Amino acid sequence: MTDPVVIVGAAMGGLRTAESLRRAGYAGPIQMIGEELHAPYNRPPLSKDVLASAVTHDAVAFPPRAETADVEWMLGARATSVDLTAHTVTTDDDAVTPYTALVIATGLRPRRLDFPTQVGRHAVRTLDDAMALRDELVRGARVVVIGSGFLGCELAATATKLGCTVTVVTPSVEPMVRPLGAMLSHDLRLRLEAEGVTFVLGATVAGLDDGVVLADGTAIPADVVIEAIGSDCNSEWLADSGLDLSDGVLADNALRAVTIDGTAHDDVYVVGDIARFPNPMFDDVARRVEHWNIPTDTGRRAGTVLGAALGGDLAAAVAVPFTPMPSFWSNQFDLKLQAYGLPGLGDPDDVRILEGALGGDVAVGYYRDDRLVGVVGVGLKAALLPYRQQIATGVRPGA
Amino acid sequence: MTIKIDVDMSLCQHYGQCVFEAPEVFTLNADDKLEYVAEADESLRHNVEAAVDVCPMQAIRIVE
Ligand SMILES: Cc1cc2nc3c(=O)[nH]c(=O)nc-3n(C[C@H](O)[C@H](O)[C@H](O)COP(=O)(O)OP(=O)(O)OC[C@H]3O[C@@H](n4cnc5c(N)ncnc54)[C@H](O)[C@@H]3O)c2cc1C
Ligand code: SF4
Repeated sequence: MTDPVVIVGAAMGGLRTAESLRRAGYAGPIQMIGEELHAPYNRPPLSKDVLASAVTHDAVAFPPRAETADVEWMLGARATSVDLTAHTVTTDDDAVTPYTALVIATGLRPRRLDFPTQVGRHAVRTLDDAMALRDELVRGARVVVIGSGFLGCELAATATKLGCTVTVVTPSVEPMVRPLGAMLSHDLRLRLEAEGVTFVLGATVAGLDDGVVLADGTAIPADVVIEAIGSDCNSEWLADSGLDLSDGVLADNALRAVTIDGTAHDDVYVVGDIARFPNPMFDDVARRVEHWNIPTDTGRRAGTVLGAALGGDLAAAVAVPFTPMPSFWSNQFDLKLQAYGLPGLGDPDDVRILEGALGGDVAVGYYRDDRLVGVVGVGLKAALLPYRQQIATGVRPGA
Repeated sequence: MTIKIDVDMSLCQHYGQCVFEAPEVFTLNADDKLEYVAEADESLRHNVEAAVDVCPMQAIRIVE
């Protein structure tokens, strides 16, 4: 029997790759190795509506598809090393699994603060994390969220809705400022404050002790501390592989993994949050994009290319350029944010209001060298779609 | 052969991601509301599945 295609990381990116591989005509064995015990599920509701109600696997599970019914699942197993020459993956139960092709889909984990206290500390990436946090978000609980990215702001909003008293502590000048820029992030802070969230800006955490102690000595008492300070890539298991792990795992535009000396492997692919790949929609710089559409788009791409490679027609598949449109949404109270493109790429001095006005429904455009590279809408939907097209093509339909 | 499509309108937030995957089935009207056809030809299954995948609210279902 031929060795399977082995997909390490049994979450959204891995699942979409398996489905797409089947669609590309590959009928051979597929094996999924995943550290979590749960079958793949959707993470975004874990900081939003599902966290606000009941956190269960059923509420977030991806529906299984007929075409991947014969995938072999190795759940609760963590890959510890890989041998790209021998074509094997080793897991923490010391099993050695041979592969025909390897897909790297191990995503991220929350970065944690380095303090000894363990009591009352949470971070949210997995279903189990969200279940543990949900139990503590009781009415009247004092919650401190450390970090003010999208995740921190969503968790602050959900905890407030659940009746907790919430303070967000952040070193930033405004919440979500890195992706959104000063103007919109300031506007959103005012709106979150009006909903009852307290922000402590420009603050560094010096310790955790019955709450959060700031560098200037201020103590903020807390029953629950949530760390939302960013993520680290799960790439340690690839340490001796020779792959370029400088930020995630480097891949080319076909999502083939690239070594430190710049060679792309035809039988090793990278998908999802951990993939750093160039997107010619913007330029030739390889970037990681931690947006929800990326596991799906990269999974489809990797499955298509790998399927073609196994079918003997790699060159044709690689020649098709891969230009996924980054898209992101975030719900905080009644604020519904939707973003397309890469707003963070824009020149900080060239941010324009495209529709509406701050304080209400608004669309903000982010430009680089006078070209629209990102758009963020608050409360707007169909009105954003022409800008989405403008980001992709440089031209706005009807303009 | 046709496939049946169901969108849970209590979940749908009318962002229109599905429109890009299967414009034959999903449209956003001028009032920012999603409209869709509940039955489509089997040949559109692939596109509708793609729409299921990209729906941030996981609101779309193919009824088997
Ligand atoms: C709470 C939350 C809310 C979010 N909200 C939004 C949102 O509103 N909008 C948006 O655009 N994006 C959002 N995101 C981001 C989005 O969910 C991610 O982009 C997506 O989950 C990434 O999927 P992935 O498959 O690449 O990686 P992951 O989901 O990180 O999956 C990687 C899997 O690999 C496993 N793994 C890791 N190491 C190993 C190993 N060595 N061996 C075996 N298995 C391993 C992990 O256990 C995990 O199951 C949110 C994320 C979170 C956590
Ligand atoms: S993608 Fe989902 S949420 Fe968005 S309009 Fe379509 S069905 Fe509604």
